[in-house]
Amino acid sequence: MSEKMQHRVDGVLGAILILLMIFALYMAFLGAPTEKTMGDLQRIFYFHVGAAIAGMTAFSVNFVSSLAYVVRKKRRWDNLALSAAEIGVMFFVMVLVTGPIWAKPVWYVWWTWSPRLTLSLVLCLLYVAYLLIRKYIEDPERKAMVSAVFGIIAFIDVPLVWFSIRLWRDHHPSAMLETGGLSPAMRPAFFTCMAAFLVLLIYLLRRRFYLQSMRDDLEWLERQADNAR
Amino acid sequence: MKKIWAIFRKDLLIELRTKDSFNAMLFFGIVVLVIFSFALASVRDFIRSAAPGILWVAFAFSGTLGLNRMFAAEKENGCLQGLLMIPVDRGIIYLGKMLAATVFMLICEIIIFIFTLVFFNLTVWQEIPWLALIFLVGSLGFAAVGTLLSAIAVNTRMREVLLPLILFPVVLPILINAVEATNIVLNGGGYGALRLPLSIMSVFTIVFATISFLLFEHVLED
Amino acid sequence: MTNIIEVSKLAKHYGRTSALRDLNLSVAAGEFIALFGRNGAGKTTFLRILAGLSRPSSGTFRIQPDGGAKLQYVRGAIGYLSHHTSLYADLTALENLRFYAHLMDMPSDDGFLAERIATVGLAGREKEPVRNYSRGMQQRLAIARAFLHNPGILLLDEPFTGLDQAGSDFFCRYLMKAKSEGKICIMAIHDAGLGYELADRLIVIEKGVAALDVPRASLTLAEFQKKYKAITEN
Repeated sequence: MSEKMQHRVDGVLGAILILLMIFALYMAFLGAPTEKTMGDLQRIFYFHVGAAIAGMTAFSVNFVSSLAYVVRKKRRWDNLALSAAEIGVMFFVMVLVTGPIWAKPVWYVWWTWSPRLTLSLVLCLLYVAYLLIRKYIEDPERKAMVSAVFGIIAFIDVPLVWFSIRLWRDHHPSAMLETGGLSPAMRPAFFTCMAAFLVLLIYLLRRRFYLQSMRDDLEWLERQADNAR
Repeated sequence: MKKIWAIFRKDLLIELRTKDSFNAMLFFGIVVLVIFSFALASVRDFIRSAAPGILWVAFAFSGTLGLNRMFAAEKENGCLQGLLMIPVDRGIIYLGKMLAATVFMLICEIIIFIFTLVFFNLTVWQEIPWLALIFLVGSLGFAAVGTLLSAIAVNTRMREVLLPLILFPVVLPILINAVEATNIVLNGGGYGALRLPLSIMSVFTIVFATISFLLFEHVLED
Repeated sequence: MTNIIEVSKLAKHYGRTSALRDLNLSVAAGEFIALFGRNGAGKTTFLRILAGLSRPSSGTFRIQPDGGAKLQYVRGAIGYLSHHTSLYADLTALENLRFYAHLMDMPSDDGFLAERIATVGLAGREKEPVRNYSRGMQQRLAIARAFLHNPGILLLDEPFTGLDQAGSDFFCRYLMKAKSEGKICIMAIHDAGLGYELADRLIVIEKGVAALDVPRASLTLAEFQKKYKAITEN
């Protein structure tokens, strides 16, 4: 696809995104019924979980791109992996922020070591580590390869962390932050928000990837200019 | 294979001669114990229940120190480069280093554990074989992924700072399960309950040892 | 005769800066190349890439000691000597070589190793820790280590730095012997005179390309030095 075509796609995607977001907001705040025990505060759940799903998808993209880079060593896989990691961290920060906002008024605690929240925290740590590794290596080929290896390791670690947290959590029982009191009537709102976040993910991935490719091109141009001197 | 043994033996030989790593790891582990003794003075009566956590924090920190030194020492004089020029499968280098790291950690863990018994006035006799098993699997798992990550960190600008940052999130399953298992052994809970944490730790070790073995060539550089 | 080493459009960059831009080179068996260039011109980068220690950003290179080789076997054919000695300071010379011998499938009995140590002029001192050696002695042992496996291709990065007169003479003789054995040698060097004397092909790397690539026989030393100066002062 040519560049102009890409921009058109992004434009259309952006329009869909805005519409979907507005619809999602409507569904979450007006369309969905009010939860009986937690009241309107429970509505944050749609965004909390939507962000978590989008974040997890982002990290899956990172895993696949990292694998692809190790096998093929093509720059665009590295660019995609980087974009996915950054966006994933962003989504999980949203999860970590909405968690306490939800928890405090309802359960009077800022933080609970519930499995999902704990896992979100560890995921943030893992992928911030990924970004740190990238920051401290200068050689571009080495940076790409090493972070790809770490991306693979981090992703495979996730199920192990999840099971360990579940085991550990038996000693730290927590409040019902898990199900969020989801009744069948709330499902439309839930799925709408999930769809909105996934479209957001795709949109952001495309733009971030594009930005990174542009940076590569810019570097190439600067090099040509330097060499011509 | 004799090459793995050659690498392992070389690290052991240097260590026996200089004792640089051992001293640092041991000292640091004991300092962590002392700090915890002071920090948790108010729960002295319940120290036995806190012991598993304290123990594994000390092991983790001291282990990280050891892992750091493992590759940092190779970078002096460009020994890492020397290793890279040898026509040997990188996985072999990984295995040799991993075994050396495990052994170093185990030796330090035993000594730190003895200090723990003394500082916290604990008695453990029939629990020892179980604890030995937990220490072994835990150290193997720690070293399995730590060796790879140490090789990554050693080539970055901030090597000593970076290793803990990238190691701890990844090695969390080992720490959680090791503390849990140690707790079961020290504070009662029936040995049957050990099956789950030990299984997770074993799976972790096998999975990451395999992945690290396969991917080591991509991260080992100088 | 086919070329043993083929380098095509080799490039290596770090962001904006390029260490190598477009390096092209072919090396036949038995050639002895002296590599010149300013500091930072790309000599070390080039040698590291050939040795397999660094990955190029683009371009290819092929090393075929016996026509077609897997990377493992290629490594076995290369001996690389850099600024670092790659010696373990706390081990003795014998222990150092024994370690490398084990890993390179070379004989590791004391007799063989002691003989190698004697070849580089360190007889009698093989049981001392390398920490006690002088710089010159360490360099000699590094030479023994780098070429323990009798590689057919020698990559040397300024090997004469830090060597005293005796050490330099020794190494010159060593290189002459390697040359007579038909080994390929690519040596980065600063001293134009010494490089001219030893090599049969002179290459100057400037701005990431081979700015000059001539057989030694085609110029006198003075002519070469003039051209070298002209290139590097541009």
